[in-house]
Amino acid sequence: MTTLDSGVDSLADVTSSEDRLRRFLLGLPGVDQVGAEARAATLSTRSIKTTAKQYALDLAIQMIDLTTLEGQDTPGKVRALCAKAKRPDPADPTAPQVAAVCVYPDLVATAKRELQGSGINVASVATAFPSGRSSLAIKVQDTKDAVASGADEVDMVIDRGAFLSGRYAMVFDEIAAIREAAGDAHLKVILETGELVTYDNVRRASWLAMLAGADFIKTSTGKVSPAATLPVTLVMLEAVRDYHEATGLHIGVKPAGGIRTAKDAIKYLVTVNETAGPDWLDPELFRFGASSLLNDLLMQRTKLATGHYPGPDYFTLD
Amino acid sequence: MPTKDTATQRLEVRKTYKLYIGGAFPRSESGRSYVVNNAKGKFLANASQASRKDARDAVVAARKAFGGWHARTAYNRGQVLYRIAEVMEGRHQQFSAEVSASEGLSISKARAVVDASIDRWVWYAGWADKLAQVVGSSNPVAGPYFDFSLPEATGVVAVLAPQDSSLLGLTSVIAPAIVSGNTVVAVSSYERPLPAVTLGEVMATSDVPGGVVNLLTGSASEIGPWLASHDDVNAIDLCGITSDDEARDLEIAAAGNLKRVRRPAAEDWSADQGLSRLTQYLELKTVWHPIGV
Repeated sequence: MTTLDSGVDSLADVTSSEDRLRRFLLGLPGVDQVGAEARAATLSTRSIKTTAKQYALDLAIQMIDLTTLEGQDTPGKVRALCAKAKRPDPADPTAPQVAAVCVYPDLVATAKRELQGSGINVASVATAFPSGRSSLAIKVQDTKDAVASGADEVDMVIDRGAFLSGRYAMVFDEIAAIREAAGDAHLKVILETGELVTYDNVRRASWLAMLAGADFIKTSTGKVSPAATLPVTLVMLEAVRDYHEATGLHIGVKPAGGIRTAKDAIKYLVTVNETAGPDWLDPELFRFGASSLLNDLLMQRTKLATGHYPGPDYFTLD
Repeated sequence: MPTKDTATQRLEVRKTYKLYIGGAFPRSESGRSYVVNNAKGKFLANASQASRKDARDAVVAARKAFGGWHARTAYNRGQVLYRIAEVMEGRHQQFSAEVSASEGLSISKARAVVDASIDRWVWYAGWADKLAQVVGSSNPVAGPYFDFSLPEATGVVAVLAPQDSSLLGLTSVIAPAIVSGNTVVAVSSYERPLPAVTLGEVMATSDVPGGVVNLLTGSASEIGPWLASHDDVNAIDLCGITSDDEARDLEIAAAGNLKRVRRPAAEDWSADQGLSRLTQYLELKTVWHPIGV
């Protein structure tokens, strides 16, 4: 199934005017809500054991954007997080590194210093995260600041108010402006699906972000409940799959918020494999925005290695 | 038209015996169940047969409940234990019938066992706010300090309950662990699990927070090794293990994270219990507090 209908000749066309963009987005086929939820539920019953589980756990660790986005963040906490990113399990050097550390813009420089030479990226949220309620000039400046301090990846939020009131062109222009301000940095666009209400909106917002130049589409800020859910991620994975069919480009997906157990992470990996395909089973194209997930993955890893259940006392508090 | 007899014959609502984990009554994750016979070998019921994953879930639930239970005042914990005794009193008949069927006792002897079990809860409830005075101390030190040693709960206690005494024995191994603020994962007697199931229902309807007591029905030999080697379990009572070799293996596994281990021994459950089970699951915290300045 492809979401693109035959009326669209070229994707370049649809962004040529506000009217065409709106017609394209509203013309996307609706999401079968019951079907999407049933599909996600079916995929989450798959049983992943032994060597497949081992592979999945290590892959999930490599896909983590280890995140701390609290008002109480200090340089000390970020340094501790970076140390954990480099060597997640001090007792087991074979545990892989995570993909990136995600912080607020003012702590990018601290994280960058800590992670120098490790190959781990620094991601920064920007554009008046998490609400996105600020002028475009400030959002652009926020992004430039983050990149200037050394951020390799920028996580921006879309203007949900504009999106929900149907001003798609405004959202599009904003993403495009941030895309430009971010320069070479990887751009992740946060849709905040918990505020978009319907799966139809999630599909539209995904396409809008991809057309505007996102490298990644990300479910949520983690500040709104519900955050990432399996059906929402499924809808977004379908969007990147269809976008790939139409353009040949690979766009990444990042569910964030609320993924706390290794079991959940494996359900997501199964969904990725079955929806977008094995190409996406790669930290370049799929990430988890999480913090407590890492400890659970490490505990599961330890269980496989030692044959007995480990306890949280033996892993760092963060 | 059916006769009056056949038309009004009612189908009995038979109880499906389940586990008690985190305040809920799930079936075993493994989907297994086993036949429970009475003392004469006649069919009594089917019970869930817990697996290692049920034990794992129970430890997670117990760990989650530990913070809140441990933080309660000793007085409050004592009240909650007393409440268990109250609720058990209301189910006296059911307990008596189950103990009688499981252990092959006459109904009057079973009643006496239930009485003793209820009394045991009350006895341990009384210890809640007296433990610190008896076990703790104020230590003489050569310096300007007050120096106190205070008993504190150790954490999650795994209990392999006695195989013979299905209610009094079970009570006598759970109560001393939770009264001081520990949380418990208990594996009931394999042949006689029904009183444990009913005790779970008592826990759910008294004021015991979910997860403080978790009851698994099934084989101690199967689940025991997983609990003994579990790094998030702080102490283990091997009471229900009957073979010496097995007990030794479990003790070796428990050494992995230096659990407090209570070895199986011949016990007289009707006798005065003493404090050894209570103090088994305590850690002493010593505080040095400067005087003046």
